[in-house]
Amino acid sequence: MELMAVAAAREIKDREIVFAGTGLPMLGAMLAQHTHAPNCVIVFEAGAVDCKLAHLPMSVGDPRTMRFASTATGLFDVFSTVLQRGFIDVGFLGGAQVDAYGNINATCIGDYHCPKVRFPGSGGSGDIACLSKRTIIIAVHEKRRFPERVDYITSPGWIDGSDGRKRAGLPWGGPSAIITTLGVLRFNERTKRAYLASYHPGVTPEQVRENTGFELDVSRAKKTEPPTEAEIRILREKVDPEGIFLKKAQE
Amino acid sequence: MASEIESKIMNLREAAKLVPSGAHISLGGFTTQRHPMAFVHELIRQKKRNLHFYGHSPGGDLDMLIGAGCIRRVELAYEADEAFARIGPRFRCAVEKGSIEWEDYSNFGMVQRFAAGAMGIPFIPTRTMLGSDILKKEGFSKKTRSAKKIAKKKFKIINCPFTGDKVVLLPAIQTDVTIIHAQVVDAQGTVRIYGQNFGDEQQAKCAKKLIVTCEETVEPEVLREYPEHNIIPFFRVDAIVRAPYGAHPYACYRYYDYDPEFLGLYHKRARDDETFEEFLDEYVYGIKDWEEYLEKIGGDEKLRKLKADKKLGYAPKLKRR
Repeated sequence: MELMAVAAAREIKDREIVFAGTGLPMLGAMLAQHTHAPNCVIVFEAGAVDCKLAHLPMSVGDPRTMRFASTATGLFDVFSTVLQRGFIDVGFLGGAQVDAYGNINATCIGDYHCPKVRFPGSGGSGDIACLSKRTIIIAVHEKRRFPERVDYITSPGWIDGSDGRKRAGLPWGGPSAIITTLGVLRFNERTKRAYLASYHPGVTPEQVRENTGFELDVSRAKKTEPPTEAEIRILREKVDPEGIFLKKAQE
Repeated sequence: MASEIESKIMNLREAAKLVPSGAHISLGGFTTQRHPMAFVHELIRQKKRNLHFYGHSPGGDLDMLIGAGCIRRVELAYEADEAFARIGPRFRCAVEKGSIEWEDYSNFGMVQRFAAGAMGIPFIPTRTMLGSDILKKEGFSKKTRSAKKIAKKKFKIINCPFTGDKVVLLPAIQTDVTIIHAQVVDAQGTVRIYGQNFGDEQQAKCAKKLIVTCEETVEPEVLREYPEHNIIPFFRVDAIVRAPYGAHPYACYRYYDYDPEFLGLYHKRARDDETFEEFLDEYVYGIKDWEEYLEKIGGDEKLRKLKADKKLGYAPKLKRR
C-alpha cells in the first residue's frame, strides 16, 4: 500500500492539475504535494478545487475537501469547465478488472443484464478516463483481475489498442501507467498494449507474469525504485496519521 | 404573502405525501454527504412503491429505499458509500437477483441530464463516455423505453453539425419530485447550501415539484442580505421541512460529520435480507419520527461527537476507524 502510494505520487509533476479519487489516489496526490510537487492542484469531482487537506477525506465529497479550497461548486461545473474543457493533466482510476489495453471494469462480472457480481458503477471514473490528458490506474494484481479483455468497459483505456481512442471519438488522453501490488505496467507506444516496466522489491518479473491473465511482455522490466525513508515518514505522519487507508490495508 | 409562507412549511409526514407511488424522483447529496435521510425514512414508513429513481452518486439513501421495496427502476452512475462501503449492499443484491431495472451512465452524464432538464432543453451534447460499454449496453428493455416519462433512447451519437466531431446526445431529465437536504431555507423557500452543492442545483431545478428539508429555517431578510450565496429562488420550492440532523448518518458541511459507527452498523446489517429487515424494524418502522430516531442512534451524546467544528466544517477529532 505505501509502495503504491509512493509510486502514484511519483507520477505527478509539480504544477499539474490532478483529479483524485478516494483511497490511494488521495494518498498519492497528498504525498506529491508534501514532496516534489508542492504546487500540484487537487480537484475533486464533487466540487472542491485546490483544497489544503488537513485530514484525509473518505469521500470525494467529504467536508474535509473544503478546507482552504479555491472554489467549491459541484459536479456539473467541475466535470464540464475543468475536465471536459481539457484542464486535467492527470486523473487517477481504480476498478475491479483492468485489461491489456488499460480498459477498466467497475460495473459487473458476467452479462450486464444478469451479472454474476455487480460493482458500484462508473461514478466519475468513466468521465475521468475519457477526458483527462493522461490517466494512472491503480489495481490489485491478481490473474482474475487482469484478463485479456474486461467483461464491461466502464472506463475506456486504449480500447482495442493503437488509435482506438481516436476512432471512438475521444479528443485526447489515455492511460500512461498501471500501478499494481506487484509492479508498474506501461503501454507500448505503437500498439498501446501493457508491458511490465518495473517490479516491486521482493517480486520477480516471472511472478508478475504468472499473476496476469493476459500475455505480458516483461523484457523491459526493471526493479521499482523503493520508497525513501522520508516518503514513508510523510505518508505515515502527515498524509494518513489516523491510519484510515494505511492501517486498513495492513489488517 | 404570509399565507403562502405558512403553506410551504410542513412536517415530514405531510411532505412525503406529495410523493405518490410510481413517481419519478431524485434525491440530493453525494455518497456520504447531505442526503435527505429523514425524508427517506418517511418514504419507507409510508410504503411508497414503484418509484423511478434518478441519481449520480447516491449512497445509503437509495440503498435503503431499494431494500425496503420502494424502487422499481434506477438510472444512475454509482451506488456506494465510498471508503465506508464499496457498494450499496441492497443495490447489489437487487441487481444480482434482477428485482429492479437499472440503467448505467457516468456521473458527468447524469448531471448533464439533470442540467438539460433544468434548462428546459430536450437533450445535451457531451464528449464523455465515448468508447465505453455504457454507450453499447442498454439496461432498460424496449417495453420499459416505451413507458410514459422514460426517454425513448438511452443516448445517441452524432457528428457535430458544426465541427464534424463525434458527440454524444443525452436525454434531459425532469423529475416529478426532487428532494434535497439544505443547511438553511427561509420561510418563503429561498435555499442556501454551504459547501459543494454536488448535483443538488441541477436536480432541484429540473424538478416539477421540489421539497427541501433543512437544518434551519430563518427569516427571508437573513438570506436576502447575501443573495449571491443562495442557490434556489423561493418560487421553485413547494415544500419546506425542518429536519435538524436530517442527513444522518451522512455529513452536512458546517453542521455535522458522517457517523462512521452507524455506517458500520448499517453495512453489516444490510448484507443479508433477514438482518436488513430487522434493521428497518428497529430504525424505521418501529420509530415514530426523526426526533425519536435521533434518540435511538445515541441522542445528544452521539450528536455532540458528530458536531462540526465551526471553522473547519467537520469534526476533526471524530474517530473514523
